[in-house]
Amino acid sequence: MTISLKELEHVAELARLSIPENELKAYTCQLDDILKSIEKLKELDTDNVEPTAHILPVRNVMRGDIVREGIGREDALGGAPDVEEGQFKVPKIV
Amino acid sequence: MTEYEAVIGLEVHAELKTNSKIFCFCTTEFGGKPNTHVCPICLGLPGTLPVLNEKVVDLAIKAGLALNCEIAEFSKFDRKNYYYPDLPKNFQISQYDLPIAREGYLNIDVDGRQKRIGITRLHMEEDAGKLVHSGDSITGADYSLVDYNRTGVPLIEIVSEPDMSSPEEARAYLDQLKAILEYTDVSDCKMQEGSLRCDANVSVRPKGSQKLGTKTEVKNMNSFRALQRALEYEIERQIEVLEEGGQVVQETRSWNEARGITETMRSKEDAHDYRYLPEPDLVPLVIDVEWVERIRQTIPELPLERKKRFVEEYGLPEYDAGVVTSSKKLADFFEACVEKFGNPKEVSNWIMGELMRLLNANNMELNDSPVTPGGLIRILELVKEGTISGKIAKQVFEEMFNTGETPDAIIKKKNLIQISDSGELEGIIASVMENNPKSVEDYRSGKKQALKFLVGQVMKETKGKANPQLVNDILLKKLSE
Amino acid sequence: MENIVNLTITEIHKLLTDKELSAVELTKAFLDYIDRIDPTIRAFITVTENTALAQAEEIDRAIAQGKKIGLLSGVPMALKDNLCTAGVKTTCCSKMLENWVSPYSATVVEKLQEAGAIMLGKLNMDEFAMGSSTENSKFFTTKNPWDTSRVPGGSSGGPTAAVAAGEAIYTLGSDTGGSIRQPASFCGVVGLKPTYGRVSRYGLIAFASSLDQIGPITKNVRDCAIVLKAISGFDPYDSTSVDIEVPDYEKALTGEVNGLRIGIPKEYFEIGISKEITEKVLKAVELLEDLGAVCEEMSLPHTEYALPAYYVIAPAEASSNLARFDGVSYGYRDENAEDVISMYKNSRGEGLGPEVKRRIMLGTYALSSGYYDAYYLKAQKVRTLIKQDFDKAFEKFDAFITPTTPSIAFKAGDKVEDPLAMYKSDLFTVPSNMAGIPAISVPCGFAEGMPVGLQIIAKPFAEETLLRIAYAYENCRGTEVLLPDLEVN
Repeated sequence: MTISLKELEHVAELARLSIPENELKAYTCQLDDILKSIEKLKELDTDNVEPTAHILPVRNVMRGDIVREGIGREDALGGAPDVEEGQFKVPKIV
Repeated sequence: MTEYEAVIGLEVHAELKTNSKIFCFCTTEFGGKPNTHVCPICLGLPGTLPVLNEKVVDLAIKAGLALNCEIAEFSKFDRKNYYYPDLPKNFQISQYDLPIAREGYLNIDVDGRQKRIGITRLHMEEDAGKLVHSGDSITGADYSLVDYNRTGVPLIEIVSEPDMSSPEEARAYLDQLKAILEYTDVSDCKMQEGSLRCDANVSVRPKGSQKLGTKTEVKNMNSFRALQRALEYEIERQIEVLEEGGQVVQETRSWNEARGITETMRSKEDAHDYRYLPEPDLVPLVIDVEWVERIRQTIPELPLERKKRFVEEYGLPEYDAGVVTSSKKLADFFEACVEKFGNPKEVSNWIMGELMRLLNANNMELNDSPVTPGGLIRILELVKEGTISGKIAKQVFEEMFNTGETPDAIIKKKNLIQISDSGELEGIIASVMENNPKSVEDYRSGKKQALKFLVGQVMKETKGKANPQLVNDILLKKLSE
Repeated sequence: MENIVNLTITEIHKLLTDKELSAVELTKAFLDYIDRIDPTIRAFITVTENTALAQAEEIDRAIAQGKKIGLLSGVPMALKDNLCTAGVKTTCCSKMLENWVSPYSATVVEKLQEAGAIMLGKLNMDEFAMGSSTENSKFFTTKNPWDTSRVPGGSSGGPTAAVAAGEAIYTLGSDTGGSIRQPASFCGVVGLKPTYGRVSRYGLIAFASSLDQIGPITKNVRDCAIVLKAISGFDPYDSTSVDIEVPDYEKALTGEVNGLRIGIPKEYFEIGISKEITEKVLKAVELLEDLGAVCEEMSLPHTEYALPAYYVIAPAEASSNLARFDGVSYGYRDENAEDVISMYKNSRGEGLGPEVKRRIMLGTYALSSGYYDAYYLKAQKVRTLIKQDFDKAFEKFDAFITPTTPSIAFKAGDKVEDPLAMYKSDLFTVPSNMAGIPAISVPCGFAEGMPVGLQIIAKPFAEETLLRIAYAYENCRGTEVLLPDLEVN
């Protein structure tokens, strides 16, 4: 196995995903399959290869320091599940 | 008993002085009703993309240069992934392995001794939003409210080397850093508005030891005083743990201002796994020599250089020069006055005395007050030419501070012109002598201190407007008659 | 009225400007047709009847006033449901965004609106564009118009099925690892993934930001050229869009390919490909050779590594891109959660489907402490090798021809239980995303009665080359009926 049930649970925790108990095993097996297929990359010697994060050789794209009107508060809050006093309301943090 | 020394490094976040946010066009203005300085981009709505504000890069380069850093030729942004409600995308765009500046330093003065504090790195990032907790604090709150106005305000994070060995040095470092950022117009550095924030890494070790002790990270220090108190507490706490044969636990601790202690926030095991990855939506930055030089041209004389010059050029005492150059505005104010009026020491006395007293008492910045160099110069001139007394001058200054009126207008309105007319004074003095025969007698019988009392009586009679020198002269003459 | 199903952009433009047909009549005809046919095809998530008619009326007014209208004015189209449309729901076919209405429109949407396009609605897709069959839509599965027991491909299954079924003249899709070309191939339509940076991504709900591109899906190559021109160009809201001139792509449609050097990468014919597909593709190559193209077998040695590298990079970026769906300020929230962490977990756990969760976990794993170098960094390095393969080959060749997919459209349900098998249908499309280069899929015949797609790949920003070759081939192939016979009367 490339990934254990415990590791999967840890990853789900990191990604803030609740996974029902009875699905954990299936996900672990599927991820294991996928990760095994990814192991193929190990065949390649990449010691002297630079990683590619951006495929285009474009640099320094910037804009001027100009202020423009944003969207109104109504639009900002328009899709919110819960609102109070013009703010997004969330349940307790700790 | 073992003697210990502290090892302190600081991580400082400063808001950059730009008009618009780092990745969108929203205003960076402080305040404003919640969620009114927002747009789809800083709200992190699906489909939106960041575009870098050029001014942010300019200011980061400027700060880097002012802190003697190397500016990176190639730099990029990364995503720092963690979940928190003040972070709409649940990642913060920051810089990880290729920050814009690194390997700099700044010098601090502590007890007349100069020390160089290394700067590990300086990088750009976006600020998070603001959480308001129901009730008083995050613990025990039933719910929290999120305001994204501050989300996306540009920040630089400046990480120092662990080169400080006392809370005083940490304080001096932060003072100096703040002064440099203000001098260069990089940041407003208003701690009360959150535009300057500071975390500390602290450890202790037996004095002379080369090995570093286990460190803790202390957060949530919201003022210079809090920084110093928190460090004092934390160093003391760590020493106590070691003295009792225990071990310092690597963890993040939070400064509790009300209780004056640091408390465990999260342990090393709960440390975030930030899963950094290169920000695919922003292209890398390549900063060439021309760009760096263009910014270098805009850097003004920095606080320590200016302090040195004030000592040499104006003959100010070290202490005065340090206070007057602690902020660029104060130093500019000083120089503007001296240029017109001369008398540097007299000017610095006024600045360190009346001006700073009133600013502190009103919790104001120089910019917020209506006092101008022209106003102070006028007061100094009025004293010099004898129009008002030194005592009245302080009164006029305070009035000017409060109302913004000119000294001449204040003097006229309040009828504060010094009485230097000997005829008028002679009358007043005569009546004072008449009403205080005992004092007159005392003086004449050799108790010279009675003169002081009589002068005081004349000043009281004239509500302080009498020219004290003249009063003195006339009294002496009359007493010896 | 003419059979609207077969109309192309240029034909509609002529009908409108000759006043043989009004935009409102046309729009109504399409809305009627969608009404009749879509219960069978199920391409549309949202039909925007009222705004479509209002837009059409505006075009008719402009025509009546004698104003000159552009080629796309009055032409009915529809959009994949991951393109933000102000005032109209954008769901990504996820429970997470089931009721979300964007306050802003994607740049491509604004461009098309300015061009006078008539938006008929939003189209089905795999949830958050993750999938190859449109079976991962939270709402329903779209059918392949050629055989409704088969999938249309994915993730742009709605957009390709809609064009194949004649429900829209053209549609826009997005392509991260083949999501335009694979379903275009399955549905027998033309689908183009532009060079990374050619089209603004602003307003495209991101799957994998370094790979995503928006592109046109059309019935023929000319329409594709017209739509591509309309949506291309630098956008100050997308730093990765490139500031170079947009050519008039129609000018490339000359039918000439004489002297063009076309490589046939052997790796694309070796890995698990159906014999019939190979035959169709090689027949197309012969046709192009007859037209004067110089075709030659060659090698892109790292081809087989593209897919595993893709399945690290795309999920890693997705795990970060999709972190924002947390129930705080928009989208689905578990209302019963007592604290923030359980709100996050439950909202995401319930609001996101299994494939999305799988990829988020995969990507989180690849980026997590201790695994970054072995997975993410390694994949980025392999990406460099793939790019270098192409760079080197482009010294000798103008373009490459490959099959778009290793197999024809599969039966619905066939691969639902086996994610890895599903992933393999992206085998031939993924390399061009990894290299950021443009690629097009053009129908090149049938196998087992289902369409087969021919993929052409070209240099960065050489969309003209793609269109030139595709058009020459299409021209030569003959305009045999390439749309399924669906009219159900």
